[in-house]
Amino acid sequence: MSHRVLILYEEDQRRLTGNLRSLCAGAKSRAVFLIDKNGRLLAQAGEADVVDTTTLASLTAGIVAATSGLAQLLGEREFSALVHEGAQESLHVSMVAGEAILVVLFDRQSSLGLVRLRVKKAAEEIARTFATIGTQGDRAAGDELGQITDEDIENLFSA
Amino acid sequence: MSFINYAAREINCKVVYYGPGLCGKTTNLQQIYARVDPGAKGKLISLATESERTLFFDFLPLELGNIRGFKTRFHLYTVPGQVFYDASRKLILKGTDGVIFVADSQLERLESNIESLENLETNLHDQGLDLTKTPFVIQYNKRDLPSAVPVADLQAALNPRNAPWFEATASTGAGVFETLKGTAKLVLNDLKQKMAG
Repeated sequence: MSHRVLILYEEDQRRLTGNLRSLCAGAKSRAVFLIDKNGRLLAQAGEADVVDTTTLASLTAGIVAATSGLAQLLGEREFSALVHEGAQESLHVSMVAGEAILVVLFDRQSSLGLVRLRVKKAAEEIARTFATIGTQGDRAAGDELGQITDEDIENLFSA
Repeated sequence: MSFINYAAREINCKVVYYGPGLCGKTTNLQQIYARVDPGAKGKLISLATESERTLFFDFLPLELGNIRGFKTRFHLYTVPGQVFYDASRKLILKGTDGVIFVADSQLERLESNIESLENLETNLHDQGLDLTKTPFVIQYNKRDLPSAVPVADLQAALNPRNAPWFEATASTGAGVFETLKGTAKLVLNDLKQKMAG
């Protein structure tokens, strides 16, 4: 088999979204996203539909992976944060607990200093929440997806 | 690593198209993008050079349908095939749930196929993964070209373990969806086994 399975239950997502909402308000940002290292959106808060989140997640994970490779090339363990500064919109990207990527989208209503300050505190809270999120093996036994049949998979392609 | 989101009722899986330079990885994604219903796909992102060679990756999010009330979403990635982009290939391969090796059927590309396949095994091994235990299929692409080697010869050279394989001519779309479906089934079966504990 390949890698493990990351499972995000509703309760986990509620808690993560709560963390992100606090950060979004505190940082006066437009939106905040939490993305896994493989480029999938885990949770978000702030303005809805502000960006194509699937593309944002994939590209951000790519940037973080490449930046991490650069850090190792230079003998650094990691570059802790990345900032992309635009004329109107800016992005602050940072790793949380070595597992997830926190992205803050902000405009001139906020500032890089404020975002940095709020991210630092929020990252600790998100890391605590993230540490409790399950991978397969804890709550998965007897789970409804454990009952997937070959027929279910075949049906997906029969249409 | 597959990702199951109960709040959104989604299963998310990552599949990587691997293979030597110019074997047709990006063309596979372009054909899927061109033929899939707009509601079932996201944007096709290509991080390419000015000469349209893949620089970092191509990315296409795709929705295959529902399984037990869960949307199944596949994130399709290609790697850059050129030998010197190995660092990028390693990054993109991380966390993958399945691999499609796109082999170029032309005789003069046989050595490049072998080299790329060995590179895949090495890069998976560096992540603690074993190709024989990872959902894996081979696509023999460019079957329409006159210099295409017979499939039996390609099988002998590239597929001694007899992984599922498909013939294709990605430029016309032939075999592209069959390859994707074959891979998706393996990935979902792998997920099923993991979820059953």
